[in-house]
Amino acid sequence: MSPLKIKKGSTSHSAYDLRPSYSDTVERHTLAVLVENEPGVLARVIGLFAGRGYNIESLTVAEVDHQGHRSRITIVTTGTPQIIIQIKAQLGRIIDVHKVNDLTVEGPSVERELGLFKVAGKGEHRVEALRLADIFRANVVDSTLESFVFEITGTPEKIDAFADLMRPLGLQEVARTGVAALSRGAV
Amino acid sequence: MSKTMTGAKMVVQALIDQGVDVVFGYPGGAVLPIYDELFQQEKIKHVLVRHEQAAVHAAEGYARSTGKPGVALVTSGPGATNAVTGLTDALMDSIPIIVLTGQVPTFMIGSDAFQEADTVGITRPCTKHNWLVKDTEKLSATLHEAFHVALSGRPGPVLIDIPKDVQFATGTYTEARQVETHYNPQVKGDLAMITELAKAMETAKRPVFYTGGGVINSGTAASQLLRELVAATGFPITSTLMGLGAYPASGDNWLGMLGMHGLYEANMAMHDCDLMINIGARFDDRITGRIDAFSPRSKKAHIDIDASSINKVVHADFPILGDVAHVLEDLLNVWKARGRKTNTEGLAKWWGQIKEWRAVDCLKFTQQGKIIKPQYALERLEALTKKHDRYICTEVGQHQMWAAQYLGFEDPNRWMTSGGLGTMGYGFPASIGVQMAHPDALVINVAGEASWLMNMQELGTAMQYRLPVKQFILNNERLGMVRQWQELLHGERYSSSWSESLPDFVKLAEAFGAKGILCSDPDTLDDAIMEMLTHKGPVLFDCLVEKHENCFPMIPSGKPHNEMLLGDASTKDAIQAGGAVLV
Ligand SMILES: Cc1cc2nc3c(=O)[nH]c(=O)nc-3n(C[C@H](O)[C@H](O)[C@H](O)COP(=O)(O)OP(=O)(O)OC[C@H]3O[C@@H](n4cnc5c(N)ncnc54)[C@H](O)[C@@H]3O)c2cc1C
Ligand SMILES: Cc1ncc(C[n+]2csc(CCOP(=O)(O)OP(=O)(O)O)c2C)c(N)n1
Repeated sequence: MSPLKIKKGSTSHSAYDLRPSYSDTVERHTLAVLVENEPGVLARVIGLFAGRGYNIESLTVAEVDHQGHRSRITIVTTGTPQIIIQIKAQLGRIIDVHKVNDLTVEGPSVERELGLFKVAGKGEHRVEALRLADIFRANVVDSTLESFVFEITGTPEKIDAFADLMRPLGLQEVARTGVAALSRGAV
Repeated sequence: MSKTMTGAKMVVQALIDQGVDVVFGYPGGAVLPIYDELFQQEKIKHVLVRHEQAAVHAAEGYARSTGKPGVALVTSGPGATNAVTGLTDALMDSIPIIVLTGQVPTFMIGSDAFQEADTVGITRPCTKHNWLVKDTEKLSATLHEAFHVALSGRPGPVLIDIPKDVQFATGTYTEARQVETHYNPQVKGDLAMITELAKAMETAKRPVFYTGGGVINSGTAASQLLRELVAATGFPITSTLMGLGAYPASGDNWLGMLGMHGLYEANMAMHDCDLMINIGARFDDRITGRIDAFSPRSKKAHIDIDASSINKVVHADFPILGDVAHVLEDLLNVWKARGRKTNTEGLAKWWGQIKEWRAVDCLKFTQQGKIIKPQYALERLEALTKKHDRYICTEVGQHQMWAAQYLGFEDPNRWMTSGGLGTMGYGFPASIGVQMAHPDALVINVAGEASWLMNMQELGTAMQYRLPVKQFILNNERLGMVRQWQELLHGERYSSSWSESLPDFVKLAEAFGAKGILCSDPDTLDDAIMEMLTHKGPVLFDCLVEKHENCFPMIPSGKPHNEMLLGDASTKDAIQAGGAVLV
């Protein structure tokens, strides 16, 4: 017998057999990331999420300061508390990143998303779609005799609810912007 | 007064202004203007490697052995893709290097032009940062910023991709001091947390310093402060593979390396300690083993400059974000000001326990018969070279671990090894980089035959620049580390772990005009090593060793520290020493 007393033929001890002891409650966080608007900066951020296996639920980006050349990326992500902390630290390491704010933990915040919905139908369905749009304060931004395009803003949940209602009424296409978010009150 | 010059000239000017004296590289169409400028000046020496991977590893060796950034220059397309392994290696080990790549002209980018590759895209995940410079006006500022980024905070590799038309065009040269940057990582640690740590040090019964590559990264002052702290507190100290030399191997408090192939006393101390002080190490899986069984009863302090290292793997009770030297200076001051207290009674008991662990003598081996044991070869190499002004590089495998175990490092920046990526083929080119930086020093690459063959073409470089690097090959005719895993964990099925059809290394050396030495007899080993040392040029030393030797101690993956495998020689003693449950 081998003096090592390792069970021969066992392949369960892989060199990469790691067992992290993360707490497993998954949380949803909205992060606001202020970046230098350089070519490739979005690829760096997305590459980080892909490369390290983090989730992206929603992502929006636009330049918010044309003079200072800064863009704001809003990311909605999910993960265990430890993963969320890592995501923030990893984002903070990217050279083009100026600031990372976790809107979910840094006090109250507002979240808004814009959705465009193309709904086609005739008769009762058409009337019902218009009526619901009115309740949801959606605007009609295009109309033909057979179709409407509705524009709606609100929380992601509100837009989800609107989509659910439109589906049986002839929903054909949806475009959503993803979440934009700001903390409440003065900075 | 502003200076106007071509992009190519800017590159050379910026390198000179940044204090660069050597560039490792390989030319090609997309970097010819830069090569033309290099040709017309004398401040920077260019070393022509034989493969771009080697240029990057040489730059790493240069950087690690000097504390200065290393520079590599390669062409577009295949030149850039050949550099990828070196970049990834430098990223994993936090080595500051600057890699310059040529690119097709801006107006051809995206057209699948000859030797076009999306270099910034390919290297984005394996650099700390990279840039594609499309405007000559921005080139010099970007070059200066690249040095700043590579060296600041947690060091790492950066890459600048320079299209050929940008090299030809003229622009205004920006001086380094004119460059503004928003990247200024915090170096001072939080004093309140440092004070908390100092308090914990006063009462700890079983403290241990766990130090890593961050101490080397932080500069020689960090090593000095570490030595002072260890001497003043009397705490034991261990280090990762990457931190060897920060505290001298001959120091009284030295426990040896820890981790998967670390020393018994170091791992036992880590497992049983009540206060672990991590200084610039990253709780790598080769260190922690099974996370939930990792040092279960200790409070843990973690000093690191990278926020993403802290709490990544192991929860830190005393997280301190900052540079090692800055934090250690404050820690020493606070601890001294509070009266230099330690728990002397607890410490005395702790050292008593450590002495018992040391008595296991986990590195013991017996050299008998006519076959050289690899451990013996390294023990003799150590004995015959330790008085020299010596730098050691390694390849990757068993020989690397034995080198870490059996060679003693007295100073930082003397040990160049690929830890995080574990890149076979790293050591030989790294030794070339080290020798370029330290022309009169003794530079030895401890190699396995399989790893060494991965960049053997660099014999040409060593010969061309008369670099007397000593390639000390522990030739077991096996991919030894792989063979060991197969023996222990895969039912002794040795799938493709032989080194078949090996060259005659002596003849190989001679084919390049270098010296080859073959040694297979323990009785002639000393003479052969002396012959290697006295030869003025590069030497390829083929040391035939025991083919099936295993590297111990070893903590199998997924096992806690106190379930360590020891070599045959010491298993019995270890069990008697108590406390250890050996599998
Ligand atoms: C075959 C093989 C076997 C191995 N076995 C072992 C083994 O048994 N034991 C072992 O130790 N390793 C082993 N390794 C190496 C291992 O894979 C890791 O590379 C190594 O353990 C990491 O060392 P480190 O924790 O010191 O981190 P490094 O990779 O050196 O990282 C340094 C850390 O310090 C921080 N830092 C950098 N600069 C500063 C600064 N100025 N101030 C503060 N912090 C800073 C960084 O952010 C980082 O967190 C092995 C490798 C191979 C290839
Ligand atoms: C580029 C690369 N490919 C594969 C491996 C996996 N690997 C790790 S050690 C090893 C064997 C090394 O053999 P050798 O250089 O002869 O050293 P020894 O272990 O025999 O001392 C291999 C194949 C690696 N680390 N790097």
